Amino acid sequence: MASSPDFSTPMARARGLGSAKAGTDHHIRQRVSAIALIFLVPWFLYSVIHASQAGFAGAQAWVAQPWNAILLILTFGAAFYHMRLGMQVVIEDYINKSGRKSALLIANTFATLALFAVTALSVLKIWISVGA
Amino acid sequence: MSSGDWTDPRPLSPHLQVWRFHLTMLASIMHRITGSALYFGSALIAAWIFALTLTPQTTGEAPQFYQLIETLITSIPGQILLVLWAAAVLYHFANGIRHLLWDGPRIGFDPKTASTWSAFNFLFAIVGAAGLWAAATFI
Repeated sequence: MASSPDFSTPMARARGLGSAKAGTDHHIRQRVSAIALIFLVPWFLYSVIHASQAGFAGAQAWVAQPWNAILLILTFGAAFYHMRLGMQVVIEDYINKSGRKSALLIANTFATLALFAVTALSVLKIWISVGA
Repeated sequence: MSSGDWTDPRPLSPHLQVWRFHLTMLASIMHRITGSALYFGSALIAAWIFALTLTPQTTGEAPQFYQLIETLITSIPGQILLVLWAAAVLYHFANGIRHLLWDGPRIGFDPKTASTWSAFNFLFAIVGAAGLWAAATFI
């Protein structure tokens, strides 16, 4: 009988286990953030098109509205979280050199967190300074 | 023992060249392409929101960084980029809802429905993006 290649990871061989059992958690988080985005994205598209046409002061005044500020931060939170999970799968699918894969996964986490910090803090700053 | 840069010997996810063309295959690949494009496109939105935090110039004009972004997005390449961005958002949105319906209530798995639905998602993205662009430009 021809022997088939052994596709298990060294860790799996060492432990006698299969996967790390973290996949379901990732799957659910990706779906839950997607459900949030179903509601947030249509609002975001409509609002940003309006706001971006109002000029600098108009766009600022729009962000400074409490509900807009709150929905913007929720949109950014859900979107950047969803992006991090999605890009993680892309990296895991196509990069099999462990060093490069780890570096990209870390860069992905850093980039999405940085984007969230920049956008959320910007919204807060406008809400507090212009909205006051 | 293992060396520093260990390479996983297991096969990677199938790449583009192994698929025979069909609509659902294109829909799946486009979901990933639009998702990746939106990942990088989000930096532009972050830049726009950040520009709104800057103080106006002493002349009362908008900050220079904001003006730069405005010039960029109203230019022709910028407008093309925005329409493509809108198409990517709408496609990923529609196809994402399909993924949720596949995963949750398990609707739409038979080949005929899946193909029709794929075509609808492409149409939705193109018509929707054109509609958004027209609404933003003329209304």
